[in-house]
This record gives sequence, C-alpha cells and structure tokens, in this order.
Amino acid sequence: MVRAVLEPGGDAATALYIVAFSLFIVGIKQGTHPTTAKRGNLIAAGGMAVAVVTTLLLDGMGNWGLIALGLGIGTAVGVIASIRVQMTEMPQMVALYNGVGGGAVALIAWSEIRHGGNGLPLDELIPIIFAGVVGSVSFWGSNIAFAKLQDLIPTRPIAAPGQQVINGVLLIGILAACVSIAVGNDDPSQLTFIGILVAAGLLGNLVVLPIGGADMPVVISLLNAFTGLSAAAAGFALDNVALIVAGTLVGSSGTILTMEMATAMNRSVPNILFSGFGGAPSAGGGGSGEEKPHVSIGAQDAAIKLAYADTVVIVPGYGLAVAQAQHAIKEVGDELEKRGVTVNYAIHPVAGRMPGHMNVLLAEADVPYEQLKEMEDINPEMPRTDVAVVVGANDVTNPAAKNDPDSPIAGMPIIEVNQAQQVIVIKRSMSPGFAGIDNDLFYESNTSMLFDDAKKAAADIAAEIQNL
Amino acid sequence: MSLMTEITIFVLAVFVGFEVISKVPTTLHTPLMSQTNAIHGIVMLGGLIVLGYADDGLEYLIGTIAVAFGAINIVGGFMVTDRMLGMFARKPKPKPSSDGKGGA
Repeated sequence: MVRAVLEPGGDAATALYIVAFSLFIVGIKQGTHPTTAKRGNLIAAGGMAVAVVTTLLLDGMGNWGLIALGLGIGTAVGVIASIRVQMTEMPQMVALYNGVGGGAVALIAWSEIRHGGNGLPLDELIPIIFAGVVGSVSFWGSNIAFAKLQDLIPTRPIAAPGQQVINGVLLIGILAACVSIAVGNDDPSQLTFIGILVAAGLLGNLVVLPIGGADMPVVISLLNAFTGLSAAAAGFALDNVALIVAGTLVGSSGTILTMEMATAMNRSVPNILFSGFGGAPSAGGGGSGEEKPHVSIGAQDAAIKLAYADTVVIVPGYGLAVAQAQHAIKEVGDELEKRGVTVNYAIHPVAGRMPGHMNVLLAEADVPYEQLKEMEDINPEMPRTDVAVVVGANDVTNPAAKNDPDSPIAGMPIIEVNQAQQVIVIKRSMSPGFAGIDNDLFYESNTSMLFDDAKKAAADIAAEIQNL
Repeated sequence: MSLMTEITIFVLAVFVGFEVISKVPTTLHTPLMSQTNAIHGIVMLGGLIVLGYADDGLEYLIGTIAVAFGAINIVGGFMVTDRMLGMFARKPKPKPSSDGKGGA
C-alpha cells in the first residue's frame, strides 16, 4: 500500500497542525461578524479536516478497522442529530456535543494512564490527570444540562441540604487522590485514576443539578470552556500542538462568552454556580398563595386592540420557541404592517434559552433584521408604544426585577412592557417561568391575558385581523 | 517539544482567544458557542492516536468510543453551526410575499 507517512512529532506533521489551528483562529474571528460567520465556520471546519488527515497519516498508526468504525458511528450520529434538531433545541444540542467532547478527553486520559504504566514523567502525568478530571466533570455536567433542557429531569433547581459541603468534600477527595498519584508517580494506580474519574463525574452532576433552567446557557458555556481546557491538557500529555492551541482557544473564548452572558443577566458566575437560583427549595413562595385577579381575553379582542394601534412591540420568549410560533407571529406582524401599524420585535439578551437564540429563530421566520430591537433601544420607546405583545416570555418582562429588591431576579435587566399603554400576554397558563416566581405584570390593570398555545393564538389573531 | 515551549504556546493562545472573541454581538453568541464547541472536537486527534497505537482489548474499546465521541462533537458541531448561520444568511427582503417558504 502506498501511503504518505508523517513522523509523529516531526516537522511536517507539526507544520500541518499549525495550518490547522491558524484556520481555527481565522474561523472564530470571522464568526464574530454576521456577514462572515458562515464562511468562518467553513474555514474552521477545513482546519479540522487538515488536523484529522494529518493525524491519520502519522507513521505507525494501525487498527484501521476500528478507526473507521469509530469515525463512521460518530459521523452518522453527528449528521443525523444536526439535521433533525429543531432550532429551538439548539441549547441542548450544544450541551450534548460538549458532553461527548469532554467524555472523549476523559477516555483518552484513562488510556494514557494505562498505556504509560510505570514512570510517566510529571509533566505528562499532571496534564493527564487534569484532563481526566475536567473532561469527566464536563461530560457528566453537560449530560445533566442536556437532560434538564430536554425536560428529561425537572428544570427547577434540585439541591440536597448540605450540598456545598458534599461538593467540597468530593473536590478535596479528588485533589488528594490526584496528589497521591502524582507523588507516587513511579506506579500510577489505574484504580485510583478510575476512582478520580467517577468522583469527578459525580461532582459534575452535583454542581449542575441545583442550577435552574434559566441559568443553563451560562453553565453550558462554562462547560464548553472546561472541555476546551481539558483538550489543551490532553495536548500537553500527547505533545500535540494542535490540541494545545485549539483547546486553549476554546477555553479562553468560552470564558469570555460565559462572562458576557452572566453580565447580560446581571449575575456573577459564582453566584450562578453556587446560589441555587430561586433561593430555598420551596421557591414557589410568591406564586401559590391566593388567586389575584387578572383580565383574560380572546383572539378577536386581541386582534382589535392590535389592528387599531399605531405602534406594536412584540416581545418573544422561550414559549414562542417551544410552540414553534415564530412563523405564525411573523404572520401577525405582516398583517399589522399591511394596515399601517409600525411593528418591532424586542429581543431580550437572554430571550430563548441562550443569548442570541431568539435572533436565530426569528431569522428562520424571515423577520427583517432591522425590526429586531435590542432591549436598550426598545425600552425608551415603551411609553410611546400602544400595545406590547408578550409571546411566551415571562421572567424577562417581570417588573419585580426593578421594583422588588427581595425578588430572586432583582436587578436582572428586563423589557419594560409594563410602560406600554396596553399589554397582551399570550401564555398557556398563569404558571411561573424558569425562575419559578410570580409575574406582577399579569395582574396590572392594562394587561390582558390570552391563554393559548403561542402558535395557535398567533394564527387566530392573524386570521381575526384579516377579517376586520 | 519542551514543556516550556508548550507553556509559551498555551499562554499566547489564551491571549489570542480573548482577543478574537471580545466584543461579539449578542446576536451571534449562540452560533459562536456552537462553533467553538465544534473546535474542541479536536480531541478526536487524541482518540485517533490512542486507537491507532492501541494493543490490547480494553484500549481498543476506549479508543473507539473516544473517536466516536470526538467525531460526533466535530461533525455535529460544525453542521449545526452551519444550519444556524444559514438562517442569518437570508437577509431582509423588501416585502416578503406571505407564502415565502424558504428552504435553505
């Protein structure tokens, strides 16, 4: 068989790896501008192809059948999942891909420990242990994040009493076991290492379980950064420059994204990780008391209010995404525009379940880019707005964030729909949002509730406007 | 590669990562997270190396799973990012006819 071979760690292989990571940098850089993002993604994918082919050409590689099997299974799963996934399910998809990446790192670390056997030098052993621990945390943490977003387990914070103590003990135990492997490094015990992986996985579970659904995007972004760092560590162990650079890039860029998201929610990262959003486990506090009066209307009344308005602001939230109502709500917008109504969409930075998620969904429905207004731009317009329509959004419109310093969401920036002349809230029921707290907006005198599935309600309203 | 060389590369890459990603518009956070997510699929290289030089049963198993995981991460990650960004590519039309279907 004629096959070009590259010496592992040789100049040719390293040069190709340098090409690969340069393409990653160019790709990420282009990903930061809307016009070049798609090309940037392709460039990064090209870099990945270079890196993979280079590795396959390394001298002495074997087990081609198994390599083909692994590549085949992984590619098939990846292709099918990415074609089938709805745009609304994007956050859990990212969590899942992130998890498998972390899992791969943990497995590689385990294999290196086995393979290394006696006498791994410290400068390999330490990165391997780090990669194993962080990869395992990332794998299990991402799986929990996935399960929560997919509603396989409750999105509400789940925490045992003394949770922080348990986490602390686990962490100390992991560190102690790591040190014991490192100091006795002439005989790294495989069993100890497996124990470390298991404990780290448990820690990943326990840290993510208490986090509420609303904070999950920040957690996914953080775990993304973790997986990147663990990949970099694996690169140290394997002397592979592509892994070091690519992993580190993801680690540092992921850290920035995490901090920006936390800022957009007016929370700090430690606060998100350790506070157990919603306070005490019985966070239902404000919600379940006495029934407060609210006004309920039907699609026809809503259509009349909207059709005779001059300015309408639509505030889409996750409920819109779940109901796949982005196309239906666009219909309402189109009908209103035909009647000369000015229509804008107010996008909260964390609308949907991820920053920027709502923009993706509305772009999917062909809503013109210039109608999408960011929170800071639309809030000053609210007092001049005739009707604000809240579709499947809840916490991001809750005036308690501004008015009630004791509220769990106090200080979170909101879209100030309560400033508009009239508010229509399309929602399935009075149930609380991710934060698990009641929304004062629903009981204000200028608020009308339209109880229905977002998609059906929007379709009905569009039809009623046509009939007017 | 010496440890110090590797640490140098690591530190420089940290700064490049910070520099490249700073001031991203919120609009692009989701696709960007998804793209960087795909890039850490680079760990599959580690899986390939482990599997390519593996010589016992358990290692075959670990390596194959690691390669499969990595491939899911890479292929799924880049494809889903591409799909998402395709949504942005369809730019504002003057007045979309109401049956504007739009298959990417």
